[in-house]
Amino acid sequence: MPVAIPDVKKSWANAINTVTLGATKDEGGTRTKKVTVGGATSLPFHHFEGAMPYPPAIAMEVWDVAPQDWPEVLAEHFKDVWHDPGLWAKKCVEQYGADLICLRLAGCDPVRQNRGPQEAAQAVKRVLESVGVPLIVWGTGNNDKDNEIFPAVAEAASGENCLLGTITEDNYKTLIALCTAYKHKVIAESPCDVNIAKQVNILATDMGFKPEDIVMYPTSAALGYGLEYVYSVMERARLAALRGDKMLSQPMICDIGIEVWGVKEAKASEQELPEWGPQRERGPLWEATTAYVYLLTGADILVLRHPRAVASVREAIKQLMGDGLK
Amino acid sequence: MAKLTGIEIYKHLPKTNCGDCNFPTCMAFAMQVAAKKVGLEQCPHVSAEAKAALSEAQAPPMRTVTLGTGDRALKLGGETVLFRHEEKFHHPTVIAICVQDDLSEDKLAQRIEKINQLQFVRVGQLIGVNAIAVEHTAGETSRFAQTVKLVAERSPLALVLSSTDSQALKAALEICAERRPLLCAATKENFKEFAALAKEAQCPLAVRAATLEELAELTQQVKALGVEDLVLQPEISGLADGLAKLTQLRRLALEKNFRAVGYPVMVSVTSSDPFLETAYAAMFVCKYASLIVLNGAERWQVLPILTVRQNIFTDPQVPNAVEAKLYKVGEPGPHSPVLVTTNFALTYFTVESEVENSRVPSYIAVVDTGGLGVLNAYADDKLTAEAIVKAVKTYGVMEQVAHKKLIIPGLVAVLKGEIEELGGWEVLVGPEEAAGIPAYLRNEWKG
Ligand code: SF4
Repeated sequence: MPVAIPDVKKSWANAINTVTLGATKDEGGTRTKKVTVGGATSLPFHHFEGAMPYPPAIAMEVWDVAPQDWPEVLAEHFKDVWHDPGLWAKKCVEQYGADLICLRLAGCDPVRQNRGPQEAAQAVKRVLESVGVPLIVWGTGNNDKDNEIFPAVAEAASGENCLLGTITEDNYKTLIALCTAYKHKVIAESPCDVNIAKQVNILATDMGFKPEDIVMYPTSAALGYGLEYVYSVMERARLAALRGDKMLSQPMICDIGIEVWGVKEAKASEQELPEWGPQRERGPLWEATTAYVYLLTGADILVLRHPRAVASVREAIKQLMGDGLK
Repeated sequence: MAKLTGIEIYKHLPKTNCGDCNFPTCMAFAMQVAAKKVGLEQCPHVSAEAKAALSEAQAPPMRTVTLGTGDRALKLGGETVLFRHEEKFHHPTVIAICVQDDLSEDKLAQRIEKINQLQFVRVGQLIGVNAIAVEHTAGETSRFAQTVKLVAERSPLALVLSSTDSQALKAALEICAERRPLLCAATKENFKEFAALAKEAQCPLAVRAATLEELAELTQQVKALGVEDLVLQPEISGLADGLAKLTQLRRLALEKNFRAVGYPVMVSVTSSDPFLETAYAAMFVCKYASLIVLNGAERWQVLPILTVRQNIFTDPQVPNAVEAKLYKVGEPGPHSPVLVTTNFALTYFTVESEVENSRVPSYIAVVDTGGLGVLNAYADDKLTAEAIVKAVKTYGVMEQVAHKKLIIPGLVAVLKGEIEELGGWEVLVGPEEAAGIPAYLRNEWKG
């Protein structure tokens, strides 16, 4: 006698916005590939009750200057190309299958080389001419500096439908105006706080910016360094969106590589931490595990560094989308 | 605890208003029972059936099952929410590593020792693997029992006994029943013998089936045979299927109060790819396994899984704070820097990690800000010049260093003058972001 099971499927009031990045020749850009994220009508990978039309996308991180503090287990994969952001991006796309490139303008940071707007624009152009995938350009996080470099960056990528970031509660006007003028999407950053996440979206849309052109960045934390706060903030934002909150219905981006490769679990050598095992395995797995967890809370774009983390997160996404039965 | 209303309780009372319970009416009594002010037993006239019905209805929606005994007992299940921000997850997922019974005795002993060593200290907490799952592969009953014997002798960890052969399990139980192992797993083919074994040994029993319907049917059959400490083992094919099944089970138990699946859930995630295995384990810690069996016993693989568990099972209601005291990074001496920060755990651990990155041995003086980060604490008047001076004086750290310099967070640079006045030290303004600490300590710190 088969037991009848109560139905626990939910139907939600609202869907996550769909955001497409990249523009082809016909659309005024030069991309050969576009990437669409979002569109989910239920919680992540709840295929039993809702649609998830687009899998989360993986962006690999490229810098405008050669990084100096990347540990060897990470650096060894990029050392041959990191003198040129174009070659670096090409390797990420061709060899490691990156869906997107996230160009971080680290060299413009005043605490690093403090490079200027023209050099930033140059790096953007190099990446655009070297790869066909859509581009994310991430600033320095220094408000004044970002406002100084983004005009040149936005113009250099004009018509390419890039994702530029970040705007914050205190600094959004310049970048919103630029994204409107040059037809880019924007990353709205908030400090691990649902209310501020919503507030930044409201500020941007009050300037006439379309809510559908925003991707939220609710901050990211590495596994072991506050991951649970971000996890719950993302989960709450996603639930609010599904229940109907249009100002939290934006897809979310997680900036994972930069967080993970700053903590000792990834960074420290085996000589320093013999009890935690070889860094060659530990580092990429720490990065991948951070990503696995955020996939469950609604990460739509994951910015990663290590090729092995990229490969493994891609496999996890494939399985979460219902492929590759174990 | 599933709450019953006064009306629901009233329905089961005799409705005579006799007053023997010391309340004027059955309804008044029912209201007090609902409010948990008095127990149902205070009415001498409640029928046995009513008692059974009420205690069933009052049982928590997900049973808590104990594995192991004494100090080492582990609790599985008893969860009350779908999302950790709603309340908290109660019983951290038990992590079990599997051991197969076809290993040579040497290899077996090595593997057991390796698993025993999978204990770590992270942010002041001991986190570790909790159990060994012995898997019956070789066919011979005696081989399984011998393996269980060696594991039981050599490991204090909880035991999961996995076999399809009730004779093998019986032999193993003769060795370790008093350790209260989990028997794994009753299926529709074998549940009668397995239930009998579990009942006799008073051990928890896993039940395994391919679909949720079959699982619900099987738990009812096993329960009818007198075994109630059950663990559900849905067969899963891939991450999407597993997530779907575990989510639906959790919803059925908590949202529908559907008793037939009101039990903790286990999954086995063994894979030849350690990264993929970790993906499974990490995700099922979040959603919604109470016990996970994995194959990997490498420290670099187990640590991230244990850390996911540590993070996800943190109580979100408690402000996450570290003890406000003086911390040392490395072995600081008289020329080492002294940095001030708040006791918000996230702030502290970020600062600590960056100080470690700098490789400059340092003191970190943590001010009690009630678990607030630097900016919030400043805005809330919890990170003031007085509070900083008081803390630094209490710790006596300035007496331990030759210089009289204090590094404060860049975000509260405005406090510099007042601290210098109150404390009589030289105050240096550190970076605004913790990420700037290594460069600051390496380039600017002069001792
Ligand atoms: S003792 Fe029982 S039957 Fe009598 S009034 Fe109280 S509840 Fe009602």
